[in-house]
Amino acid sequence: MTTVEKYVTAAYCVIFAVVLAYVVLISLKLQRLERDVAELERREAKTEDDERETVHVG
Amino acid sequence: METVDRQYRVPLPALAVASLICITVSLVIVFFVAPNDAVLGFSQKIFYFHVSIAFTAYACFAVGAWKAFRLLWKRDPRADLESYVAVHQGVIFGVLVLITGSIWAKYSWGHWWVWSEDELVLFLVLFLFYCAYFMLRFSVDAGPQRENFSAVYALFGVVLVPVSFLAIRLAKPFLHPEIFTRHGANLGGWMLVAYLVTQPSVLLLAYTLYRIELSGKRLDLRLRELRPA
Amino acid sequence: MRYFADVRALARKDLLLELRAKDTLPAMLLFVVATFVVFHFSLPEHSSRLAASGLLWVAILFTALLGLGRAFVPEQEQRVLDGLVLAPCDRSAIWLAKGIATLAFLVAAEAVALPVFSLFFHGLRGATVAAVLLADVGICAVGTFLGAMAVATRARDLLLPLLFLPLAIPIVVGGVGAGVVADPGKYLAFLGLYDAMFALLCWASFEYVVTE
Repeated sequence: MTTVEKYVTAAYCVIFAVVLAYVVLISLKLQRLERDVAELERREAKTEDDERETVHVG
Repeated sequence: METVDRQYRVPLPALAVASLICITVSLVIVFFVAPNDAVLGFSQKIFYFHVSIAFTAYACFAVGAWKAFRLLWKRDPRADLESYVAVHQGVIFGVLVLITGSIWAKYSWGHWWVWSEDELVLFLVLFLFYCAYFMLRFSVDAGPQRENFSAVYALFGVVLVPVSFLAIRLAKPFLHPEIFTRHGANLGGWMLVAYLVTQPSVLLLAYTLYRIELSGKRLDLRLRELRPA
Repeated sequence: MRYFADVRALARKDLLLELRAKDTLPAMLLFVVATFVVFHFSLPEHSSRLAASGLLWVAILFTALLGLGRAFVPEQEQRVLDGLVLAPCDRSAIWLAKGIATLAFLVAAEAVALPVFSLFFHGLRGATVAAVLLADVGICAVGTFLGAMAVATRARDLLLPLLFLPLAIPIVVGGVGAGVVADPGKYLAFLGLYDAMFALLCWASFEYVVTE
């Protein structure tokens, strides 16, 4: 490979490395966030259930 | 408005790592294994990515149109966001097609833009079309009307692709003579392998990005609902 | 045949409104003639005859956009569109009727514009006139559809040209080709194909544009 070709190859590799690193990092973050939000939603549903007034019928 | 989440089997980080691996393998094959093209030389290597990205962009628009159809026909409530994200990915990859195509044109013929390349012109038209998609979407308030408009427009896009391609072909005789000739890439041996590895890798990357954006937007919606009114 | 009776009634309404108001059609006529004059000044000397042929299509597109921009404004202003949608007619009849009315205006404008073009620039072949008529159908079909969407958005006038122009590119190719190339059959056929495909798509999906 000539010097120019080496530079082009390096450019491709650097760009993809940066993009893919970002993709992996943000996937992990999103997975964590999804778990957190699901937990929050569960707690919200539970408090709603607890807050429901019980009415005596009959 | 209740946001319903589609349950995906493959978790996001797994997709991301898979993309990383596949793209790395593809880079290795493209740059270190596949031979240089006999006629075009080293510069031909951009083709592996340019073609893969172009096909991926078409795939994204097709998915966008499919989800749009599901929204209108089946009234699938998740389809609106999925259609929007697919179109968004399509535009991102479309811009990449224009950029890689432009680089290749500059290297091959000395011009940053050539009207004689059908695919580049087609992507320019599609780029205009789908930019208008976003303008349309952002000038309507969220709700069923916005969903319907976006879906119908995405369907128009899918019909426009073959019609535009035909139009560009038909325009050649009277627009300008074919000054630039491209040598068809005769893919054999390792060059074919390089393409067959790069194409799915780029598709996988696009799908990962799609899932990322979808997840981010859905989380945003869900958080907004959780916020005390 | 209720459907066609509905279409006729709606189209007739639009045509009558225009005949009484007389605002859109004169504007389109004036616009297209003014555009031709601008073209004369924008084409440098020794520009080919072909350049003028191309510009004809630019003029047609923008004149059509002018008319299309106005097409749904009465409905929007008088909130008539809700009433039309509630009426027991197939929603696509609204699109068809509006498209036919707009087509009538466009053809009327061109009946003046084409002779003026011949006067200012050069004579027009039969194939060009045929291409113009075929293109008009496509322009009005797609333009009416997009106009109905645009008028419901915030951006309105800004949005219609943005939505319309990418879709109009194949029409321009077909039209210019038919006017310029020795054998125009292919291009006229292409215009016919465009009209058929997009008219069908518009007709099938207009329902979703006006209902929620």
